[in-house]
Amino acid sequence: MSEIMMDDNGEKKIDDKTMDNVEILAKLALTGEERYKAMAEMEKILSYVDKLNELDTKDVEPLVHVMPHTNVFREDEIENDDGAEATLSNAPKKKENQFMVPKTV
Amino acid sequence: MEIIGMTALELAEKIKNGEVTVKDAVEAYIKQIEEKDGQYNAFITVAEKEKLEQRIAEVQQGIADGKYRSNLAGVPIAVKDNICTKGMKTTCASKMLEGFVPTYDATAVTKLEEAGMIVIGKTNMDEFAMGSTTETSAFGVTRNPWNTDHVPGGSSGGSCAAVAAGEAPMALGSDTGGSIRQPASYCGVTGLKPTYGRVSRMGLIAYASSLDQIGPVGKNVEDCAALYQIIAGHDEKDSTSLKKTVEKIDDLAMASLRGKTIGIPKEYIGEGTDDEVKSAILKAVMIMEDAGARVEFFSLKMVDYVIPAYYIIACAEASSNLERFDGVKYGYRNMEAEGLHEMYKLSRAEGFGEEVKRRILLGSFVLSAGYYDAYYIKALKTKRLIKEEFDEAFKKYDCILAPAAPTTAPKLGTSLSDPLQMYLSDIYTVAVNLCGFPALSMPCGVDSKGLPIGVQFIGDLFNENKILNMATAYEKVREDFSCGKFSSKNNRDKEPVQNILKIKQEGEV
Amino acid sequence: MAKQYETVIGLEVHVELATKTKIFCGCSTRFGGAVNSHTCPVCTGMPGALPVLNKKVVKFAIALGKATNCTITQYCRFDRKNYFYPDNPQNYQISQLYLPICRDGHIDVETSNGTKTIRIHEMHMEEDAGKLIHDNYEDCSLVDYNRSGVPLIEIVSEPDMRTADEVIAYLEKLRMICQYLGVSDCKLQEGSMRADVNLSVREIGSEKLGTRTEMKNLNSFKAILHAIEGERERQIELLESGREIIQETRRWDDNKEASFTMRSKEDAKDYRYFPEPDLQPILISDQWIDEIKAKQPEFQPEKAERYKEEYGLSDYDTDILTQNRHMADMFEETAKLCGNPKKAANWFMGEVLRTLKDKAMDPEELTFSPKNLAAIIKAMDEGKINQGNAQKVFAQVFISDVEPLAYMEEHGLMMVSDAGAIEKVVDEVLAENEGVIADYHNGKDKAFGFLVGQVMKKMKGKGDPAKVNEVLKGKL
Repeated sequence: MSEIMMDDNGEKKIDDKTMDNVEILAKLALTGEERYKAMAEMEKILSYVDKLNELDTKDVEPLVHVMPHTNVFREDEIENDDGAEATLSNAPKKKENQFMVPKTV
Repeated sequence: MEIIGMTALELAEKIKNGEVTVKDAVEAYIKQIEEKDGQYNAFITVAEKEKLEQRIAEVQQGIADGKYRSNLAGVPIAVKDNICTKGMKTTCASKMLEGFVPTYDATAVTKLEEAGMIVIGKTNMDEFAMGSTTETSAFGVTRNPWNTDHVPGGSSGGSCAAVAAGEAPMALGSDTGGSIRQPASYCGVTGLKPTYGRVSRMGLIAYASSLDQIGPVGKNVEDCAALYQIIAGHDEKDSTSLKKTVEKIDDLAMASLRGKTIGIPKEYIGEGTDDEVKSAILKAVMIMEDAGARVEFFSLKMVDYVIPAYYIIACAEASSNLERFDGVKYGYRNMEAEGLHEMYKLSRAEGFGEEVKRRILLGSFVLSAGYYDAYYIKALKTKRLIKEEFDEAFKKYDCILAPAAPTTAPKLGTSLSDPLQMYLSDIYTVAVNLCGFPALSMPCGVDSKGLPIGVQFIGDLFNENKILNMATAYEKVREDFSCGKFSSKNNRDKEPVQNILKIKQEGEV
Repeated sequence: MAKQYETVIGLEVHVELATKTKIFCGCSTRFGGAVNSHTCPVCTGMPGALPVLNKKVVKFAIALGKATNCTITQYCRFDRKNYFYPDNPQNYQISQLYLPICRDGHIDVETSNGTKTIRIHEMHMEEDAGKLIHDNYEDCSLVDYNRSGVPLIEIVSEPDMRTADEVIAYLEKLRMICQYLGVSDCKLQEGSMRADVNLSVREIGSEKLGTRTEMKNLNSFKAILHAIEGERERQIELLESGREIIQETRRWDDNKEASFTMRSKEDAKDYRYFPEPDLQPILISDQWIDEIKAKQPEFQPEKAERYKEEYGLSDYDTDILTQNRHMADMFEETAKLCGNPKKAANWFMGEVLRTLKDKAMDPEELTFSPKNLAAIIKAMDEGKINQGNAQKVFAQVFISDVEPLAYMEEHGLMMVSDAGAIEKVVDEVLAENEGVIADYHNGKDKAFGFLVGQVMKKMKGKGDPAKVNEVLKGKL
């Protein structure tokens, strides 16, 4: 296990740099106070979930799907008609049947 | 008998016989909502009058034509607001989806319609089903009908409060970590979380895809069983939907506990559990033993690891599931933002509430480079160990009995200040979601504050029939429990509980 | 002496699969169509929508894997790749990272230095993104999700290529295999085949790989050639001036003939892949693989061999005719219908390829009916049309697949073999050329040829030459 997990010397898991990165990944703009609080809470929750390190899971396979396996497929057949109207019905901003977003380049 | 006092099955029977019209039934409940919901705030949206009238006429005609095969035709129902209803606002109790009107019905809703049921409104919940109190709703808290100073539980707090308050005879909820069972327990109603994949998730706005499951909330076990049978079944639009046929529920009139084996995890009635909750559970155990069940205590060593594993997995999936809310295709958008990334970051920061943001941040972190193995994979491995321990138990027991929550409903405003503490209150419910098991929560007593206490029947995969039968059998011998009253029908409740517990743990029953 | 550099290239090739519907929903994949018309809640990321996998995508991936000597991952799974962009409606792309469907393959390509083996690291299935266009009036971008959810296979090679020629040979071979299997039409212009180029340079003799960059937005062989050349030079220049190469993604701009960095501080390249919980894993049995393998078509080498044996065609012709399966199929059909494989081959090697070249089209885009070309060949055999007119008719067949005999009739391109009609013209010519007739009788051979020429001229080339000779001789 990496040193990042084992921060016995009181090292923070969520420092400013980590938090900057998490905000970019999560696409959330937090205010100063929100951010401060969120960092403290994440720190606390992460310390708590470190409890899992008590378990020896070296030879344990991760369990992704709990249900017995079955292949689920659909046949290659067209099922849908023109969906433009329904697709755009909740759009915050649109133009000529397209979603409008701030310039991407 | 008043319409509001009837169970859903009784009401359906009267509608079928023509003693009650569909219009009477729906109007009686709408009237309840109009009169009482100002106090409870169980509903976010009530169906539009015109559409409702149209639907009433259609169903009444359908009943006359013998169109419906279900035993709940004509019965009004409330639907949790994270389940899509075509043409009816579906908000997830979030500012993010404040005006969102789906162009499609969730499969579960389609099944309600096909059964001749009438959706009367959409119920309040914790925002995006993230919370245990229904206090994280963007549209105000829901209050517990038993005591309006207390929370109804969550996240399906609106659905459970609506049934408890007589604002709906039954409701759909969703359960990701206890979100049906815990509020059912707090509100003194019955709720079932079916086996993962039993009820299609198509149209359920995802919180954590591998854990989410839609289920019924009702006044008693039989109502839940009837509603479960309507909504369960394979759906080719949901790849995780079970292909297994839903077996017909046995005749519940014949339900019995005789010869059934029940296991109780010692850790579930240990230190962390409120004494009054413990007493109520043990009293229920005694009643079940009297009815012929064999009860045993056993040890569930993984209990302390369930919450960490759950929060890692649930938040990781949530962080990804909620990425689609970006202000582009639907939902809230900050119109002033300059540039794409600012639009994303502001829309999401302003559209989501605090608890949702907290879980998205945590989920993004545990999946990020360098932490994936340490947190996410570790949680999936823990999940396997938890599942294995339960699988062992189910070799011995027909069902596992547990409290639905360590305490009764907390007071409003006392939970959110310490998120970790709130997460810990899910300790008896989340393992069921991690493992995919079916579980039912029903009332088994009230505490000294007059708040209901719930007991959980947890079954092995696909064993809904078994737990519904056992729960019905218990319901028959349990003291009469109808909206607030817990009148004694069984005398064996005076024995000091602690003694029994001691004896049980020493194995000398 | 200046240092000598070697270019090391690996490719990530995306091919759009030729399925009728998208990978996770029943929307059409047809190219074109009104904006956002081929969409539904699934491929636009509506709340509560769930993906269901198109079986054909798995079949195609297995077929392509087997055709490129890959190992099929018999327990494979989808993962989510998380990144925010408006063309990606869920803001995660359903793709494969941990258990891709195919691994460890290779194909042999022919280069100027002989046969070379290019290893394939892996192939995975994923969904395509929508389309973004820039709107200058409003200074914003517009999103169309018609392409969102179209199935893709991404083929990731090992860094085994050293030159642009090898890259092109590899791409052409991949394209040929895909087209033979029918898994993709691989049209670069329409974006149904796209390549991202991973490139690094190192001093010749060095074992260590240099820092690589990834170039995107390459939609023609020309762009790929230019991008490789340009990026190689840019990297060498950096190294020569003692600067560092940054590992990054660059966008190739074909107009400016230069690449530009795509980095921004808001694009953390951390995709947070994790197993897609909305889809079940895929279990691929030996039996399923065998079934797909058994149904594989005759590939190019076998087809070429057969053409040589059955039709007696040259190595050169068979090689060219079999480069594209669609064209090969059309050739075979034409040969069968006209009963003359050699002539059919000549037409394909000549007129068909020339027309494709003139119109800058791909063989995959041929749409005329083989029966119509066969009808032209037959008409020529029967003397109903001459070479020049046959080419004119074919031009029409190529464009709008006209029925040749009707077209010839309508436009008067048929040969005239009616004795009466020819006699009439011969009489006219004889009346006008008394001097030449005298020359003829005086034994001047050229005179006869001249008279035939005059007759043909008057008949606009449509007189049956044999008949004209016969009638003229009789009259003289």
